[in-house]
Amino acid sequence: MALETPEIGDRDVNYCRPGEYPYTRGIHQTMYQGRLWTMRQFSGFASAEETNRRYHYLLSQGQTGLSVAFDLPTLMGYDSDHEQSLGEVGKCGVAISSVEDMDTLFAGIPLGEVSVSMTINSPAPVLFAMYLVAAERQGVSWDKLSGTLQNDILKEYIAQKEYIYPPRPSMRFAVDAMEFSVRHVPRFNPVSISGYHIREAGSTAAQELAFTLRDGIEYADWLVARGLPIDEFAGRLSFFFNSHSNFFEEIAKFRAARRIWAHTMRHRFGATDERSWKLRFHAQTAGVSLTWQQPHNNVMRTTLQAMAAVLGGAQSLHTNSLDEAYALPSEHAVTVALRTQQVLAHESGIPAAPDPFGGSVYLERLTDEIEKHAMAYINRIDEMGGMINAIERGYPQAEIADASYQFQKSVEANQSIIVGVNKYQMAAQKPIELLKIDASVERNQCATIAELRARRDKDVHRVAMEALLKAANENTNTMPYVLDAVRALATVGEICDTLKGAWGTYDEAPSV
Amino acid sequence: MDDRIRVLIAKPGLDGHDRGAKVIARALRDAGMEVIYTGLRQTPEMIVNASLQEDVQVIGLSILSGAHNAIVPRLMELLKEKDMTDVMVILGGIIPDEDVVVMKKLGVSAVFQPGASLEEIVRFIRGNVKQVV
Repeated sequence: MALETPEIGDRDVNYCRPGEYPYTRGIHQTMYQGRLWTMRQFSGFASAEETNRRYHYLLSQGQTGLSVAFDLPTLMGYDSDHEQSLGEVGKCGVAISSVEDMDTLFAGIPLGEVSVSMTINSPAPVLFAMYLVAAERQGVSWDKLSGTLQNDILKEYIAQKEYIYPPRPSMRFAVDAMEFSVRHVPRFNPVSISGYHIREAGSTAAQELAFTLRDGIEYADWLVARGLPIDEFAGRLSFFFNSHSNFFEEIAKFRAARRIWAHTMRHRFGATDERSWKLRFHAQTAGVSLTWQQPHNNVMRTTLQAMAAVLGGAQSLHTNSLDEAYALPSEHAVTVALRTQQVLAHESGIPAAPDPFGGSVYLERLTDEIEKHAMAYINRIDEMGGMINAIERGYPQAEIADASYQFQKSVEANQSIIVGVNKYQMAAQKPIELLKIDASVERNQCATIAELRARRDKDVHRVAMEALLKAANENTNTMPYVLDAVRALATVGEICDTLKGAWGTYDEAPSV
Repeated sequence: MDDRIRVLIAKPGLDGHDRGAKVIARALRDAGMEVIYTGLRQTPEMIVNASLQEDVQVIGLSILSGAHNAIVPRLMELLKEKDMTDVMVILGGIIPDEDVVVMKKLGVSAVFQPGASLEEIVRFIRGNVKQVV
C-alpha cells in the first residue's frame, strides 16, 4: 500500500503551526520554552566501574540522561573471554557480560529517576533483560523506568553490520523485546529507529531519512501482526538521526521526517491517537565529519551540527567530542562537547521560538525536496515487498556504498572541501590528550566471568538455558525466558550462543 | 597474461564499519588493480589463507577499533610461518602515531591514517609492490 502524500505545496496540510499535524514545525507548540532537549552524551569505556565513574561525573556536570556505549564483544554477543574478543574488550565501549556488571554500571544511579539509553542491537533483548533485572535488584519497579533501547536490527544489515543471526529470526527477537516492553515497561522506548549509522556509512540525507522511516514501517507492521493495536505502541517508537554538516539540508531533513511519519501513521496505519503521529527523535552530530587533522576545528563542526539538530526540533542530543577521530573521548573533550549544548541552550537564544526558520522559502523548498526523494525510496522498497526483502537483495547497502564512494571522489577532486584535510592543511600538529584503555581491563573482565561461572547455581542456570532454547524454537515471546536466564546469572555470550542453536548465524556476501 | 597488481582488502576484528574498506577497494579497482574483498570479521588465519589462495602481492587491512595491536602481530607471524614475507602489508584506520612505529617494526610497509587520500594509497602500492617476474 503506497502512502498518500499530499501534493507538495499544499499549504493547509504541510505548513502547519508548531504542535499541529503533520508536525513539520515540531511536535510541541512551545517547543524548548516548555522543556529543553535532553542532553545525553553517549558514553562507555573499559570496565563497568570506570564507566560508572564517568556517569557520575557527567550527571554532576549537568547532563540530564545516560546513554550506554557497549564494547564490540558485547555488541556481537561474545563474553570478554571469548577468543574473538581478544584485543577488543572495553575498547569501543564498556564490557558487560552479566547482570552483575550491569549492577556495577548503575551503582548509585537511581534507575527510577535517570533515563537510560542503551546502544545495543543484535543482543538487545539480553541487555534489556539485564537492565530490567538490575532495576529489580535496586528495588525499582518496571513502570518507573524510562529510556530507550536501540534494538534496531534492520539498520545493522543495512549499515552498521553488527549482526549475529539471519534477518528474520533476529527481527523476531527484536520484536519480542518491543512487544514485551510495550506490555510491561510502559514508559520505555523499546526501539530507536536509527538513521545515524546509515549516514555514517556514507548515505545521503535523503537515503538516511528514507531507509530509517521504512525500517520504522517494518517494525510497526510486525508489531501489528503480533496483535498490538497501532495506537498502543506507536507513541513508544523513537527515532535517532545524524545531524550532519549541511546546515539547512539537515534542518529540512528533520522537518520532512516528522511530516512523512505523521502521514504514515495516520493514513497507512490508521492511527487515531495524536501521540502516534508525532515523530520523536534523538540526534547525534556526525562522527564521520570529525577530522584527525587540526582536531580543535571539530568543536566548530559539532556546534553547527548541534544547532541544526536544535533548529530541527530534536528531543535529545549527543554532541561529539573533538578527539573522536582518534579515540573514545577524554574527560576534558567530553566536557567541551557538553558545554557546547549548554551554551546553545542558555546563551544563544535559539530555543526561544519553535522552528524559527519555518516559512523561509529556501528551507520549505528543501523540506519538500527531501520529502519527495525519501518517498521515492520508500515506495521503491514497498514495491520490493518491504525492507527485509530489500536487504536480502542488497539494495540499501549498494545505494549507500555508491553514495559514499561518490563523496570520497568529490573530496579527492577538491569539489568537496574539508578544512584542514584537502584545504588549509598544516604540516605540524600538536598532539592532544587521549583516553587510553589498559589491557588489564580485558584480564580483569575474564577473571570476573570465570569467578561468576564457578559460583552460580549450575542447575538453575542449566534449566533456564534449556527453557530459553525451547522458547526460541517455538512461536512464543522469548523475553520472559531471557529474563530467567539473566536472573540465573547467564552471560551475554551464553544466551546468544544458545539462541544460535535455534536460529543459526549470518554472514553477508562481501561486495564492494 | 594478466599483469594487474593483486590486492586483498580485509576487515579483521569484530568491527563492522566497512565504509573505508569498501571505498579503498573500489578506488584500487578503478586504478586498474585486481581487488579481492574478504568481507567482515576475518581472523588473521583467514586473511593469510585467502592471500595464499588468491596469490596476492598486497594485503590491505582496515582497522578502526583499536584492535590492531592484537591482530597485526599475529598476522605478520603467520606470514613468516608460511614463507609469505614478500607480500606487502598496508594498514589503514585509526592508528595512533606511537602505534605506527610499532606496526612498521612488525613489518607493515605503510600505515594510512584518517584523511589519507586515495591517490596517495594507489601511488604507494604502485611504487612499492614487488612485481611478479
